[in-house]
Amino acid sequence: MRITQGAFSFLPDLTDAQIAAQIEYCLRNDWAVAIEFTDDPHPRNTYWSMWGHPMFDLADAAGAMQALRECREARPGHYIRINAFDPSAGWESVRLSFIVGRPAVEPGFRLVRREGPGRTLHYTLESYAVGRQPEGERYAT
Amino acid sequence: MTQPLAAPTDTIDLAAEYREAGVADVLDRLDAELVGLAPVKRRVREIAALLLVDRVRERLGLASTPPSLHMCFTGNPGTGKTTLALRMAEILQRLGYVRKGHVVAVTRDDLVGQFIGHTAPKTKDVLKRAMGGVLFIDEAYYLFRPENEKDYGQEAIEILLQVMENQRDDLVVILAGYADRMDRFFESNPGMKSRIAHHVEFPDYNNAELAQIAERMLADWNYRFDAAGRAAFDDYLHHRRAKPHFANARSVRNALDRMRLRQALRLFDGATPVAADDLQILTAADVRASRHFHPTPPTLVGQAPPDAEIDAYDPDRIPERSDY
Repeated sequence: MRITQGAFSFLPDLTDAQIAAQIEYCLRNDWAVAIEFTDDPHPRNTYWSMWGHPMFDLADAAGAMQALRECREARPGHYIRINAFDPSAGWESVRLSFIVGRPAVEPGFRLVRREGPGRTLHYTLESYAVGRQPEGERYAT
Repeated sequence: MTQPLAAPTDTIDLAAEYREAGVADVLDRLDAELVGLAPVKRRVREIAALLLVDRVRERLGLASTPPSLHMCFTGNPGTGKTTLALRMAEILQRLGYVRKGHVVAVTRDDLVGQFIGHTAPKTKDVLKRAMGGVLFIDEAYYLFRPENEKDYGQEAIEILLQVMENQRDDLVVILAGYADRMDRFFESNPGMKSRIAHHVEFPDYNNAELAQIAERMLADWNYRFDAAGRAAFDDYLHHRRAKPHFANARSVRNALDRMRLRQALRLFDGATPVAADDLQILTAADVRASRHFHPTPPTLVGQAPPDAEIDAYDPDRIPERSDY
């Protein structure tokens, strides 16, 4: 099941040139670009691991693309996303976030039903990949 | 083998290309704003011409390898290396060889870390910032310390070399430093030498050029010499050049700063009201108060020279500051 989080996630995966163009757009708006990765892509898991520091004084997308290449190499089989943080007064928050790398196989999520008092049902999601393997090996091919 | 796109008889108006790229504008400004430096300007013109021709050739489908643009500026302190790096970035950007044309100026401290594992992230961070522009490494020879084999500078050099080779489209590296020390640096780092295509040497300024530079600086700050002050400044340059740690235009700027201090004090201490003109004019007295007109008797090392109060702002007093 293809995970759709952040911008562009219903589109086919962005090519490197397209990613660079998006980063270029972020830099043009003076947003700081950061790279994050995880192998626990639960929709409520907002805290992914940071790959290096957010790149605050970047002038060109090439720098971020190089960091992205390094991240992909060091963390194969992980979800990687790019966050663009707008530091200007009044915003001070992430303006754009999109996935730029995903594992080759995405087993998806199971719907877990838990019965509560009075036959009420509680629903939650559980990732097949996360339940199967410990961290770091979940999407290893 | 690529097929030429245009018939070989097609002609291309190089002059039009030159105008279109807007390089003429930068080169003209370079000529007008920088005093002297004739050989440097000629080299810059050569490099700009080569890049322009290369660009035209590429459009005609004439195979040529992408030019290596890394440069090395050698010369004594204060000869305009940093200024030229800024102009070079502009030229490269107009010709489309770097995308953004910003300059990131760094020294050893910005590249080399203080403990194991600190250097690589530091160097990479600087490289990331410089991508799309020019990385200007001042006093690059400090990166390599042959006397200490555990020095982390070597690691920074290796990362630098890798990026210089593999990401030529993204980054132009300019190394700068004294000629003799750069030569020794290149001897011990042949990899670095072979990756640098353009070596530009900066000659020292002569006194007339320095005086011209001084007048331009003063004009920028809305100051000027009176006639006697100007003559005194010529004298000053003559004396200053003979002293150690002479740093060309930088010495001139420091000297002018000190003369402004003296002028301010003179006006402040004078009882008469000052006119706008007085605020702008540096007189001979402001110039001649300099330490360099008063030869100091030899003093013991570590002992303050007896006339230290004459020019207390003069950084030349501090012998270990080699950049002055």
